[in-house]
Amino acid sequence: MQTPTPMPSTPSLTTDTSDVLQLLADRFGALDTSSFRDQTRIVVPESESLEVLAFLKDSGFDMLVDLTCVDYLEYRGAKRRYGLVYLLASTLTNQRLTIRIFVDDPVVDEHTALSDGPAPTDKPMPTVRSAVPLWAAANWLEREVFDLFGVRFLGHPDLRRLVMPDAFTAHPLRKDYPLQGRGERHNFPILTRDDG
Amino acid sequence: MPIAPSQYDHDVRTSDSEFPASDRTRSEDYLWTLNFGPQHPATHTTLRLVLTLDGERVVDALPEMGYLHSGFEKLGEHLTFNQYVTVTDRMNYISPMANNVAWHCAVEKLMGIQLTPRCQYIRTIIAELARISDHLLSNGAVGLDVGAFTFFLYAFYQREVIYDIFETLCGARFTNSYTRVGGVSHDFTPLVVQKIRDFVKTFPKTLADMERLLTRNRIFVDRTKGVGVLSKEAAINGGASGPVARASGVPRDLRKDEPYLAYADFQFQVCCAAAGDCYARYLVRMQEMRESLKIVAQAIENLPAGDVHIGIDQRTSLPTKKQVYSTIEGTISHFELSMANRGFEVPCEESYMGTEAPNGELGFYIVGDGSESAYRARCRPPSLLHFSLFPQLIRGHTLSDVVAVLGSLNIIAAELDR
Repeated sequence: MQTPTPMPSTPSLTTDTSDVLQLLADRFGALDTSSFRDQTRIVVPESESLEVLAFLKDSGFDMLVDLTCVDYLEYRGAKRRYGLVYLLASTLTNQRLTIRIFVDDPVVDEHTALSDGPAPTDKPMPTVRSAVPLWAAANWLEREVFDLFGVRFLGHPDLRRLVMPDAFTAHPLRKDYPLQGRGERHNFPILTRDDG
Repeated sequence: MPIAPSQYDHDVRTSDSEFPASDRTRSEDYLWTLNFGPQHPATHTTLRLVLTLDGERVVDALPEMGYLHSGFEKLGEHLTFNQYVTVTDRMNYISPMANNVAWHCAVEKLMGIQLTPRCQYIRTIIAELARISDHLLSNGAVGLDVGAFTFFLYAFYQREVIYDIFETLCGARFTNSYTRVGGVSHDFTPLVVQKIRDFVKTFPKTLADMERLLTRNRIFVDRTKGVGVLSKEAAINGGASGPVARASGVPRDLRKDEPYLAYADFQFQVCCAAAGDCYARYLVRMQEMRESLKIVAQAIENLPAGDVHIGIDQRTSLPTKKQVYSTIEGTISHFELSMANRGFEVPCEESYMGTEAPNGELGFYIVGDGSESAYRARCRPPSLLHFSLFPQLIRGHTLSDVVAVLGSLNIIAAELDR
């Protein structure tokens, strides 16, 4: 198969992020930085995630465009399970920056993990610190990640499920959750008029 | 895993202890709770608001969503890059073309496919027509909700014209599924070009009529001016984008800031307002329709000749049916691209591409793992972030303002819940 025609280099407007990367390196030391299709990505350890995000917000990245998560359970060569993605943008310079934070499932005793006992909020989950103090936009985006991936955000003011029902126990966008089968409509109990 | 009936009842928030209102609210028992939606004519879609009222004054609002959650992102991990376009139609169904364009622009960015100039122009034209039809409906619905029914009919008549153009173009009026990886499903025919030219000629007259009906209408201005004010700082901090952010004075428009497709070739203005209220959002949308029309007019007159797809040798887009049935290269290319273990060349990488959809920044964060479908297909929905702003916009206003604010934010539940 032939290789696709390469993307022409878009005229570099003001999207060069090297100055910010330099500032970041001066402050936090060398971070794992990569680039793909003019998109700069920085991997930040969870221990200093909030500090880096706060620093970037002060350096002009005033908008949190998106916050999402990728479950790397079946991804070839992946070492960590969950990769949180913070897409930052500056409304003044139009620069964009992608921050990655990798987390894993906490190691727990098998018996407690498998039993249906504890409520969803008490289940052991990978944990990161919430970005709500920095951006109000993070509020619902973190609720969505909590809902669909089961990543808990410490310090979130109102960490409830966003799209799934509150009684739902699983996290559907995890890769070990099937496309069809669990939690589907035909599995719900049938409520008749007499029950209600 | 079946859900026990006792847990099933848990969702209905009736007990006071579960209602996360302020302490002051809880102590004042003359406040009462109104359940607005999920089925209500003025929500237009399936979303629910739990309003705490002091007489007619809204003290607090608690948005609830998820009634239309269909697992689109999970589906995106199992459908191929060409199949998933049908799902994007159902996200923001009042401007499906813009979603199609957003999805395939993101896919092509991941794969590194460069479109032909004609394809870029065609996609720009349909994205702008989608913007016009979206703004017609969202502004029309604001008018409808505050009592201007005639205005809505004027708007919807023009939407029908755009539906007709899309029907002539690809056979589908509503859920178009028009784009393909590396191209579009149908090239422009002379009839389509003629219909778009006619629309460009006739639409400004209707737009002028609509402005005369509503823009200086005393009732409409009183209902929308100063209602639901979103400050510039709150807009940026809350992740607002599109007309909502621009009405609050954030001069951010991805068509200008990060020109994609053919937007760099055209003259147009970014429409902004400073007030940040419902009236400003209405004005921004009205003006944006004129600017979109300018783009369509420039693009349709300068439509480049040539192929709408990249050649079949590059194997970056499905060949046309004619090529498949009459040439051996077309047949081979079609089979290779449709087979599960051949398909497109997808890098094991991830990229984000945001487009300026009618409602705001609609982007897709796609993770490729070399297979024929995405490993993760995250949609960045503008409605989600706009809906989360709703409580702060409505606090202190009256119950009748709820519909005005909701309409001016243009919340589409299918895009909100996905």
